[in-house]
Amino acid sequence: MTPREEIFDRVRKALGRKPGEKPAPVPEPRIRIPEIPPERRVALFAGRLEALGGKVYRAAGLAQVREIAAGILEGAAAVCSTDPLLEKAGIPGLTGVAGGFQDEPSLRAACALAPFGITGADYGLAETGTIVTRSASEARLISLLPPAHIAVLPLSRLLTGLDEFYTVLPKPADASSSTVFITGPSRSADIEMILVRGVHGPRVIHVIVVDEEHATNR
Amino acid sequence: MLMKPEQEEQIRRTVDNPKIQLAVYSATARLKEKREEAVASEALPEYQELRTQANRIKKHTLENLDVYLEEFEANVEAHGGKVIYARNGAEVADFILGLARERGVRMLVKSKSMTTEEIHLNQRLEHHHLEAVETDLGEYIIQLAHDRPYHIVAPAVHMTRQDVADVFEKNLADPRTEEPEKQAMIARRNLREKFLAAGIGISGANFLVADSGAVCIVENEGNARLTTTAPPIHIAVAGLEKMIPRARDLAVFLKLLGRSGTGQLLTVYTSFLSGPRRGREADGPGEFYVVLMDNGRTRLLADAEKRQSLYCIRCGACLNACPVYRKIGGHNYPGAYSGPIGAIITPQYEGIAKDPWLPFASSLCGACAEVCPVKIDIPKILLDLRKEVVEDRAVHGGGFVERKAFQMYGWLMRRPKLYAMAGRIAAKMARLPGAASIGPAAKWGSVREVTLPARKSFRDQWREREKSK
Repeated sequence: MTPREEIFDRVRKALGRKPGEKPAPVPEPRIRIPEIPPERRVALFAGRLEALGGKVYRAAGLAQVREIAAGILEGAAAVCSTDPLLEKAGIPGLTGVAGGFQDEPSLRAACALAPFGITGADYGLAETGTIVTRSASEARLISLLPPAHIAVLPLSRLLTGLDEFYTVLPKPADASSSTVFITGPSRSADIEMILVRGVHGPRVIHVIVVDEEHATNR
Repeated sequence: MLMKPEQEEQIRRTVDNPKIQLAVYSATARLKEKREEAVASEALPEYQELRTQANRIKKHTLENLDVYLEEFEANVEAHGGKVIYARNGAEVADFILGLARERGVRMLVKSKSMTTEEIHLNQRLEHHHLEAVETDLGEYIIQLAHDRPYHIVAPAVHMTRQDVADVFEKNLADPRTEEPEKQAMIARRNLREKFLAAGIGISGANFLVADSGAVCIVENEGNARLTTTAPPIHIAVAGLEKMIPRARDLAVFLKLLGRSGTGQLLTVYTSFLSGPRRGREADGPGEFYVVLMDNGRTRLLADAEKRQSLYCIRCGACLNACPVYRKIGGHNYPGAYSGPIGAIITPQYEGIAKDPWLPFASSLCGACAEVCPVKIDIPKILLDLRKEVVEDRAVHGGGFVERKAFQMYGWLMRRPKLYAMAGRIAAKMARLPGAASIGPAAKWGSVREVTLPARKSFRDQWREREKSK
């Protein structure tokens, strides 16, 4: 018997089940989406993320996103994802910002050096102060290698929390190999339970919430 | 005697070590307090409902595990990944070594995984000259110190910043520092090179998601994201029992895991990964494997009552709540898993004969069951295991003195006059000077206050009362 056959055999013997036997009905998880109006969502999101050491900004439109991003960067170098929203906001045009990386070696080299990574956010989760990155336009390394991360989140994508996320996207793996929830800056308390930020991922996270709904067709 | 003298001696050394006592007591107190705040009814009114649901989902999944294994495998393959089955730790290592040889890989990075600790994967790989670098800060320190994890969630909880400074000074070129912040940055710098040079990244999995063919990994540092992103190959190693049916079940489990472990609403990073990098994606591994390991789990699955031991989501809450763990620490438990959960799964994975004392290392206070987010009835399983140990020893001739003593006691109990007399004699003898320092009383009394029997037994007092009426 191969290991696979033997393990299936052991499992079925242990459970007294035959190959092909249908499973019992699966219990439904508790999914309850709270009603939180958009403005309260932003306040909740900001409160949660700021408690973790993140920073939250509010932009009325894309022009303001560009302004806020420029203010955070102060001319420092950054790598920016291929998110169409960032392009519309003119982020790749800012001094020091490099974008449009399609091949991994150059993306990796750029991310390893840049002090900032700029990405979009496919969703936000208000109850936990989380942003979700998953689409093909969001390279994983941009929100991971640089010591600071700036994310632009459209207000229309700010969900209440996990329950709403799994209702909107019940099978996250269908469209992407990776769906990542990011909740605050990288941290560790492995030495004497003392909080340290930026152990492997970014030590700083800035999220710009923008009112415009330009990013709905991703 | 259930425990070997050297084990007893080792426990005594831990109990007598004020540095370790303080470190473990304060860390577990902190984690305990944070958990309590996070699951308090004002903070999470649905907490009890979530626990019940998590318990039901795990129960259902394990009762139908063959179906979910098949579904998981089909979905991993549909996304371009591959599932490997391993009956034991040797087969896990063989697969990794074979792949490394084929791809010419000499060094790999690892994110925190209790499953790979369980099978001593690093030693197995290093034996074949494949360097395996731990990347979680705590695990990195432990690896450099040639130590083993002390706590499921906080592996280096027994070490002080001075210990860390010593370990780094001995192993790394960086100047000595005793500041945790600077120590973390030293680890960041040294490990960054490893991430970018490694040929394989090995992770564990907090959950295997059948309907998505995905592994879900939670962490705070970002090392698991780097491990599963930077190297060209990602291998996730997980026990069969980590399965859940659907992605949306995570709405239940993620709410419980972070809160129970560290009091966080969600850990900093939650990665949901399925298959290698796809068409338009700019990065991510080109190859994706999930190794599903048995290593004793199917044996446990066969017992309908004790099967619930496999529900564990490794939050560590039972360790922080346990008065025994907090006193004897993590290293006195054999195997990778310490605390109450270790006391029930280690003997079941490895057989009760190996460390028969383990199920007895509990006061059965029930704190573990109270905090368990998936409602494993740990005290009940401890009692079942104790019964098995006693039965096993009866068969194999152990515990001769104890059995004889109870036989005599039973004989005496059936003879009321003799019993009363024996009681009066025993009460007098117990008051003789030095009585508490001989025989079984000495052993029992070495860690407890020995209470003296009353001068007059209850039976005698009762008789006198009745007479004087």
